[in-house]
Amino acid sequence: MTVDCDISDALAAQVCDAAAQAQPLRLVGSDSKAFYGHPVDGEVLSLAGHRGIVNYEPTELVLTARAGTPLPQIEAALAAHKQALSFEPPAFDGPATLGGAIACGLGGPRRPWGGAPRDLLLGIQLLDGLGRCLRFGGQVMKNVAGYDVSRLMAGALGTLGALLEVSIKVLPAPKVERSLVLSMPRDRALTMMRDLARQPVPLSAACHFDDRLYLRLSGNAASITAWERRIGGEAGSGESFWRDLRDHRLTWFRSEQPLWRLSLPPATRRLRCENDVLTDWAGAQRWVYSDYSATELRDEVAQAGGHASLFRYGDAETPVFHPLDPVRERLHRGLKHTFDPHGILNPGRQYRSI
Amino acid sequence: MADSDLTKQRSALAALLRKVVGGQHVLSSAEELRPYECDGLSAYCVVPLLVVLPADAAEVQDILRICHAQQVPVVARGAGTGLSGGALPLENGVLLSLARLNQIIAVDANNSCARVQPGVRNLAISEAARPHGLYYAPDPSSQIACSIGGNVAENAGGVHCLKYGLTVNNLLALELITIEGERVRLGGGGLDGPGYDLLALATGSEGMLGILVEVMVKLLPIPQRAQVAMAAFDAVETAGQAVADIIATGILPAGLEMMDGLSIRAAEDFVHAGYPTSAAAILLCEVDGGNEEVSEDIAQVRERLLESGATEVRTASDDAERSRFWAGRKAAFPAVGRISPDYYCMDGTIPRKHLPRVLGEIARYSEQSGLRIANVFHAGDGNLHPLILYDANNPGELELAETVGGRILELCVEVGGSITGEHGVGLEKINQMCAQFPPEELEMFHAIKAVFDRHGLLNPGKAIPTLNRCAEFGAMHIHAGDLRFPHLERF
Ligand SMILES: Cc1cc2nc3c(=O)[nH]c(=O)nc-3n(C[C@H](O)[C@H](O)[C@H](O)COP(=O)(O)OP(=O)(O)OC[C@H]3O[C@@H](n4cnc5c(N)ncnc54)[C@H](O)[C@@H]3O)c2cc1C
Repeated sequence: MTVDCDISDALAAQVCDAAAQAQPLRLVGSDSKAFYGHPVDGEVLSLAGHRGIVNYEPTELVLTARAGTPLPQIEAALAAHKQALSFEPPAFDGPATLGGAIACGLGGPRRPWGGAPRDLLLGIQLLDGLGRCLRFGGQVMKNVAGYDVSRLMAGALGTLGALLEVSIKVLPAPKVERSLVLSMPRDRALTMMRDLARQPVPLSAACHFDDRLYLRLSGNAASITAWERRIGGEAGSGESFWRDLRDHRLTWFRSEQPLWRLSLPPATRRLRCENDVLTDWAGAQRWVYSDYSATELRDEVAQAGGHASLFRYGDAETPVFHPLDPVRERLHRGLKHTFDPHGILNPGRQYRSI
Repeated sequence: MADSDLTKQRSALAALLRKVVGGQHVLSSAEELRPYECDGLSAYCVVPLLVVLPADAAEVQDILRICHAQQVPVVARGAGTGLSGGALPLENGVLLSLARLNQIIAVDANNSCARVQPGVRNLAISEAARPHGLYYAPDPSSQIACSIGGNVAENAGGVHCLKYGLTVNNLLALELITIEGERVRLGGGGLDGPGYDLLALATGSEGMLGILVEVMVKLLPIPQRAQVAMAAFDAVETAGQAVADIIATGILPAGLEMMDGLSIRAAEDFVHAGYPTSAAAILLCEVDGGNEEVSEDIAQVRERLLESGATEVRTASDDAERSRFWAGRKAAFPAVGRISPDYYCMDGTIPRKHLPRVLGEIARYSEQSGLRIANVFHAGDGNLHPLILYDANNPGELELAETVGGRILELCVEVGGSITGEHGVGLEKINQMCAQFPPEELEMFHAIKAVFDRHGLLNPGKAIPTLNRCAEFGAMHIHAGDLRFPHLERF
């Protein structure tokens, strides 16, 4: 068993040395999302040893933990006080760490209602590309002093800093959760998801694939029962289904064809590139197997107001993330240079040239 | 700058800008400029070089190109309700008012969002969404007046952000014009955008990184029902503990607000909300959701409040009474404004558990300085608004109020909080930034600004202090003998 441990000094020393030699570093938590982004060729900076919950006071609704803390440890601590991480972070291939979950910025099925990692993030401590330890945000719910550097780190895939410590807002766990399944084709399901999302339904997940619509209701038992009656359908299989959806362990994800993630205005009708599609987030996130070329697919998605990432099983040439327009690209480069002047932190993991 | 130089610069620049926006939308005479000399922090006033009022994004682009070419600083202004001097003009700068960009472009109910121009008032968005059963959640108390652009620039909060989040949690996309006049979209039509979260970076950036010309906000379904309980306490500490007790029940209140005795009485005199004027503190606790849920939760809240020592708990019997309970809270600032010639509103945040200590210290500062202090508190999320009452006509009293205010903010930092929860740093809290951030972090902030605005033309001098300024401010700390108000103890 690994124990709680503060190795920030050693990590800072490693980054300082790497900076002095312009040695690229590959930041690793538990490597549960190694497939995500372009491969990085560099010396491993392992954050897994920097672990432990630093502070957790349930009635403050705030938890602070070292970045290498495994999510199950955090989830267990929260569950003991009937609280939870409302962004339902995916673990994929193993026991993900908190730092990795924030750095990847991914949300689970609860995302449209419970928020993304960035929504719950309150503060961070990070090592910049010079090995300097910096703190932004804090352990309070509201803080608008200075630019919001904490949230900038969420989803930056470690290219702007190595997260050492993270403070997040935690919330009461739902008292009751129940699932429903309804048989219907995709187009009707999308209409129904949007109808439900517009009403005060206690929804906490809505996804569709293989002619079935899966819904999850969370909160108060009496309210859930009332909505169950109105919505109809049959009782679903509950927690394990949503965990399998979150971690891509449903049979739908078995294929090793390139897997696209489309982020779209949720009511967008079926796109031509969506050959085989699993619709999640009440329409806003779509997992797609497509026979379109990357360029054609991205054009169609961009036309519809969204963006597409080649989430998994891509080829070596295709950019994983949606290409940026020139202004945004300049801003990205500028920020990268600001936080990591020698370009040693996960270089190229998000955008090859950044 | 000498007056004659200013006059020359003014007329040359005005001529260029008039070509963009038309004659009547560039203001340059003393009487036209006067109304723009301050924002909601009226203690600070500066008459701008010019005021320009563009009609659309394209005009904003042209204005910024001109200012960039001429190296003229630009200060954006929404509705001017900001409380930290963020929209305070510069004598040699253009004040860019977004007031004419006031159209709701679209309410897209199917995608649960609205596209609006930055000058649209916060409340107008919810009004436009209401026929669709939707609303925009962040509700700053200034919502009838403040603009969504100003809300984004300050990352405004409200009385419901414990459950529904701040402005940053309720945005989908922003359209920003850089100082060079380029238009860039941050965020996306879905729930996220590609690359770095520049949407979050721009939110709360106080007009320092770019000018917002369009905002896409998230809309939420109006809850089936909301119910509010008002509890009276004979000590603020008891009320503070009751807040933690409610959170411990596992209910997440939509709003959880506290007011102390002085603010209760001021609000009651002003709007007749039905508050118990003899209480030392009241808590307003609102729960919302499904009908059944609200009935259960409000009963549980009521019970818990009584167990926690409330002397009285009232639940609003109908929507009218519920609105009245909230009206008192939302009018707290102007209400305090009626009992004092001037007041100075602070905006610190603290981990809630330190509330008794912080309120105790504030009471001590009040006693030492002789200035009354009323406390209004977003209790659920630890955001404290001490209102320091003073009279600007009494020589030295404004400075005394500022010193007391500064000290309160430093106390917030000391207990692990922040100098500002929702009003922003602006010019007002620039010195206290030195207490909250070490030089490396401040340098990082300057570097981030330089990525967007190399020459520092957007709202210069606000939000992030120079290291020199901090060195001077620090020196003031150290040389206690030189302090302006030595009778106010430092910690
Ligand atoms: C009585 C009262 C109650 C208040 N209650 C609350 C409250 O509950 N919660 C809260 O958060 N605040 C509150 N405020 C503060 C204030 O209303 C908010 O900060 C609000 O967001 C400011 O909006 P505005 O349109 O008035 O912005 P302004 O004051 O005009 O500007 C604020 C800042 O935003 C920048 N800015 C404005 N528009 C743009 C734009 N389009 N692009 C780029 N930058 C821009 C300005 O340069 C300035 O730095 C209150 C104020 C008052 C007077």
